[in-house]
Amino acid sequence: MRALVLSYRPMRTVLAAIGALLAVHGALLFVHPDGATPDATTEGLDVGIVFDVGGRGDKSFNDGAWLGGERAAKALGARVRYIEPGEGSDREAGLRLLAAEEFDLVIGVGFIFTDDVNTLAREYPGVRFADVDYAVATDSTGAPLPLPPNLTALKFREEQGAFLVGALAALTGGSKKVGFIGGMDIPLIHKFEAGYKAGVRHVCADCTVIAQYAGVTPEAFRNPGKGKELSLSQYQQGVRVIFHAAGSTGLGVFEAARASNALAIGVDADQYDEAPGYVLTSMVKGIDQAVFDAIKSVKDGTFQGGVRQFGLAEKGVGYVYDANNRSLIPDSVRTRLLALEADIIAGRIVVPSTR
Amino acid sequence: MSRGMQREAVLAAVLPPLVALAVALVVGDLLILAFGQAPATVFGMLLQGTWGNAYGFGQVLYKATTLTCTGLAFAMAGRAGLFNVGAESQLALGGLAAALVGLALPAGTPPLAAVPVCVAAAMGAGAAAGGVAGWLRARFGASEVIVTIMLNFITLAALNWLVATRLHVPESLHTPEIRAGAVARLSDTWPAFHGSAANFMLIGALALAVAAWWFLFRTRGGYELRAVGLQPDAAEFGGIRAGRVWILAMLLSGACAGLGGTNYVLGYKHYYEDGFAAGAGFLGIAVALVGRNHPFGIVISALLFATLSQGGLAVNALVPKQIVDILQAVVIISVAVAVPEVRQLLRNAVPARARSATPA
Amino acid sequence: MTSGAPVPDPRLEREPPGGVAVATDALDDRPVVVRLTGIAKAFGAVQANRDASLEVRQGEIHALVGENGAGKSTLMKILGGLVAPDAGRVEVNGRDVTGWKTSDAIAAGVGVVHQHFMLVPPLSVAENIVLGQEPRGAGGLTLDRTRAVADVHALVTRTGLAVPANARVAELSVGEAQRVEILKALYRGAKILVLDEPTAVLSPPEVRELWRVLRTLVADGGTVILITHKLDEVIAISDGITVMRAGATVDRLRTADTTPQAIARAMVGRDVALALDHAPPPTRSGGAAVAGATDPTVADRALLSVTNVRVTSDRGGAALDGVSFAVHGGEILGIAGVEGNGQTELIEAIAGLRRVQAGTIRLGDRDITRLDVPQRAAMGLAHIPEDRHRRGLVLDYSIAENLILGRQQRYAGAAGTLDRARIAQEAAQQITAFDIRPADASLPARALSGGNQQKIVIAREMGGRADRLRTDDGGEGFRVLLAAQPTRGVDVGAIEFIHAQLRTARAAGRAIVLVSADLAEVLALADRVLVLYRGRVATELPRAACTTEVLGAYMTGASA
Repeated sequence: MRALVLSYRPMRTVLAAIGALLAVHGALLFVHPDGATPDATTEGLDVGIVFDVGGRGDKSFNDGAWLGGERAAKALGARVRYIEPGEGSDREAGLRLLAAEEFDLVIGVGFIFTDDVNTLAREYPGVRFADVDYAVATDSTGAPLPLPPNLTALKFREEQGAFLVGALAALTGGSKKVGFIGGMDIPLIHKFEAGYKAGVRHVCADCTVIAQYAGVTPEAFRNPGKGKELSLSQYQQGVRVIFHAAGSTGLGVFEAARASNALAIGVDADQYDEAPGYVLTSMVKGIDQAVFDAIKSVKDGTFQGGVRQFGLAEKGVGYVYDANNRSLIPDSVRTRLLALEADIIAGRIVVPSTR
Repeated sequence: MSRGMQREAVLAAVLPPLVALAVALVVGDLLILAFGQAPATVFGMLLQGTWGNAYGFGQVLYKATTLTCTGLAFAMAGRAGLFNVGAESQLALGGLAAALVGLALPAGTPPLAAVPVCVAAAMGAGAAAGGVAGWLRARFGASEVIVTIMLNFITLAALNWLVATRLHVPESLHTPEIRAGAVARLSDTWPAFHGSAANFMLIGALALAVAAWWFLFRTRGGYELRAVGLQPDAAEFGGIRAGRVWILAMLLSGACAGLGGTNYVLGYKHYYEDGFAAGAGFLGIAVALVGRNHPFGIVISALLFATLSQGGLAVNALVPKQIVDILQAVVIISVAVAVPEVRQLLRNAVPARARSATPA
Repeated sequence: MTSGAPVPDPRLEREPPGGVAVATDALDDRPVVVRLTGIAKAFGAVQANRDASLEVRQGEIHALVGENGAGKSTLMKILGGLVAPDAGRVEVNGRDVTGWKTSDAIAAGVGVVHQHFMLVPPLSVAENIVLGQEPRGAGGLTLDRTRAVADVHALVTRTGLAVPANARVAELSVGEAQRVEILKALYRGAKILVLDEPTAVLSPPEVRELWRVLRTLVADGGTVILITHKLDEVIAISDGITVMRAGATVDRLRTADTTPQAIARAMVGRDVALALDHAPPPTRSGGAAVAGATDPTVADRALLSVTNVRVTSDRGGAALDGVSFAVHGGEILGIAGVEGNGQTELIEAIAGLRRVQAGTIRLGDRDITRLDVPQRAAMGLAHIPEDRHRRGLVLDYSIAENLILGRQQRYAGAAGTLDRARIAQEAAQQITAFDIRPADASLPARALSGGNQQKIVIAREMGGRADRLRTDDGGEGFRVLLAAQPTRGVDVGAIEFIHAQLRTARAAGRAIVLVSADLAEVLALADRVLVLYRGRVATELPRAACTTEVLGAYMTGASA
């Protein structure tokens, strides 16, 4: 009997440890730091943004959307909630979580949301949806299928921006070879390549463009190692400027530029800070602008379903020209680019969007 | 006395996860405070977003279904003394097999015929992948850890390529929808679950757990499998061939993982999408560890990890989702630390009890 | 346990006083170097020591005896600084050192040679000896090998402990490895040497050599504490004896004034049938006289015959090279030999656990050379493996589960489901029949004492169950038993029980192969003795022709 009593002592030790931890937990539950977010209210403009699986911190695509959200929060007083999915099935779950709370606008960041946004827009007709780079489905004749009235597709004329940086690369690089590195080998990225090539050829008919892709899966947007490897080899072949459209794979391109003392062109957002001095410019895709505009349209009551295209004219695409890179771009080149831009906006130059 | 021993065994199995959970709660509090948020708010949101409403609960059930399968996959190999790191690719392979069979079957095949065929294909594909590792171990003594890691790379790369170049619908990364073999969602029966991905593969996973328990603890095959895992030399003495057991264990392990693939493919999206359950295979290792390699423990542990995963989305507004990753890691580390500690404490108690029952 | 054998055992002969041995009478005047008083130590709920004490004088060889689990090792761990006592006082050389650390103990000249060697196999003997106190070369960063070897040579010369200084430890025999352990302790300046079961792995000549070395050490002013449970050794070598039982010190004796019987009584707490008198079994199977291998008329009725068997060792060499013998019903064949001469491989080969390269093994008139373990078992071959912790039991399985190991297929019904009711019912019977304690079939084997664990193995292998095990000739239970080290690490009470079981089986006409490292056990039980030396049969003798002397010579390859 005595041994029986004794033997329960160890168990009591463990149970006491659990009890102590739970007590600490209980105490901590009462801590309420200053500035902690109060519970959500139903008034005002509620916006939800679901990032792609790559998530925040890619310094281009998702971060652009975040920037737009932050601007809207400041300028328009919108309450913006961000969700970073962990796996594929979380995309729908994230959108649904926001839709179920009857947010005023739910934004998916990336073409991969296409199916999910489409489904949810039909299921929640009272909630407005937007999807950056939404892939518009076509019927058997190739005509685009109509979108639900509460869904807007934020599409960009990436080829127009790419055309300008292509021209810039050819005019400033001092080499007959210019480089392009794409992330995943898909039509969306082909648009970048097509516009870039057209821009190069437009100003330098005998220049060649070396175009490579990091892969055929979404992983190709998250592989800086592969990006560095590809670009190092391009620089060795005599390329002086590389334009990337490869998400965080592009971070490897900047590293290679630094290592090879050559130039790189960023994408989506201004990526000058990735390798100061080695970034010729960035072809900015106004994701922040598009996201901001979408939020603003909800606030203004002008939200409309359908496809919205953002090109040079809408300032949805462009390139960076500021104090950081002014020294890299001669005035004559700048003048030439401005002329080209005007020609595109006026329709005098039609930039191809497919290879 | 006997009941005391059983109680002791149960406590030895159950206490470590409880310690781990308590540690995770406190660490979670501190992390939340570090982000300037109130723990009560965040944990409240987490509970509200998971067990607090039918949709969230449905999502937990959905995620737990996959994790139960991958957890069982790890346990089935683990009980035989093997470390199957390949559930990730076995799961994907099972998913693709189910999708391909679902695509090949004529539309309108009754579910009662189509679902079992698709499930069998998924389990078969997973079993084949696992069996290769088991066979290489038995035949050549190749470490199943290395082999399954390498098979992950090979299989996932091959599936990537296959889907991206051959099987996908344009402008997407998934196959066309299956024509037959779709499993009904819970919301079809209980509308409250509306929108959640939870589906009746849940029953499949639970049945798998019961079957695994029955096999491990009630049959000769399970007796031999566990003996090989616990003491290979004693098993050999008992006339048990370790090589055969390894192959069998890896076949069963792969089959469990393969079944996990049907949850998404047959029950949720009705197509195979590249990377549809990325991480679920590896998380299965954690699920099995916390579930102490016991099928019923794994079901509970899968619910815990599913809650954390879904809860991570729910609280994402206030804290980064990495907090959930950290909490999962804290749970795993705490279990790893608590298991030998608790076992030591309890073991010391056993001889005393044995003595107390022995006269003189 | 092993004393009382009727043959003169060289280990029993004390060297005459006046030689290197210390005269006992002079001891009382010597200073006490080790004094442990009122030591208590609990591990969790297990009270390993309670009121344990020990007093050892300088220049003494002191034997610490007791059954397994009596608390001897714990007491020595406390002395060596490996564990701290809960209560009590530790004094070394008159200084209170209670609760000191191993490093303190080493510095104070206390050296412990553990039962399991703590050497680094790939390193050389010299490197192992100096490990931890290496002579440093220039800059203090490199090992001065020359000096290390020179130091070791000096030590070898001083002590007479011969070791090959440049050989790698992996290549040494166990006897040599043990000498390295002792040298290592001495190199660190040990004046008080603790040896834990040092003779378990040694052949008789090696034991004699060890005794010589220990006497040299004490003659030099050293002190030796010897943990053992072999009473003949105690009588042969020690000056004083401390007896422990159930964690406490129960008796202190002067070797000259006591008898093995008195020591055994103190160890066990009751009288023990110590004398393992070899009496021929009262009845042989069927009453037929089975005289032994020398009788040609029974050779063809052997229950087990091994012919020209060759087996490869784990390292690739020949572990068994052309071994032949036969065992008859109603006979115990003892296999003697220094460990590592092929006994393990022989038993494994017969049991079906090791591939036979050449030769045949027959059970009755059936060739079983290529059969697997369950097939052999079904034909009536039982096996008590030498290592119950590794082979004989699944320690985390319950008693009931262990009782069906190797027979699990007989309990599997449709769909492979085990018949749990039958398993539990038969386990309860076995537990009663073999007095397994505690009598709870659901306890894990791990929770039992060594003796009770061994009883599980014995019950499983020897329990005759007519309903389950029908042998070819219609008899019940096993026909041939391989008993490897059946009493190793088992307390005195269980040894009696196990020996009785073996004798009963012999009387019932079974054939038994007995492998034991304990020569006295072989001599006590066997009808014939076969000596293995380097994988060959060195000799095969009828019991009457065996003495420790003769067997020892064959075991070391002295006579071939």
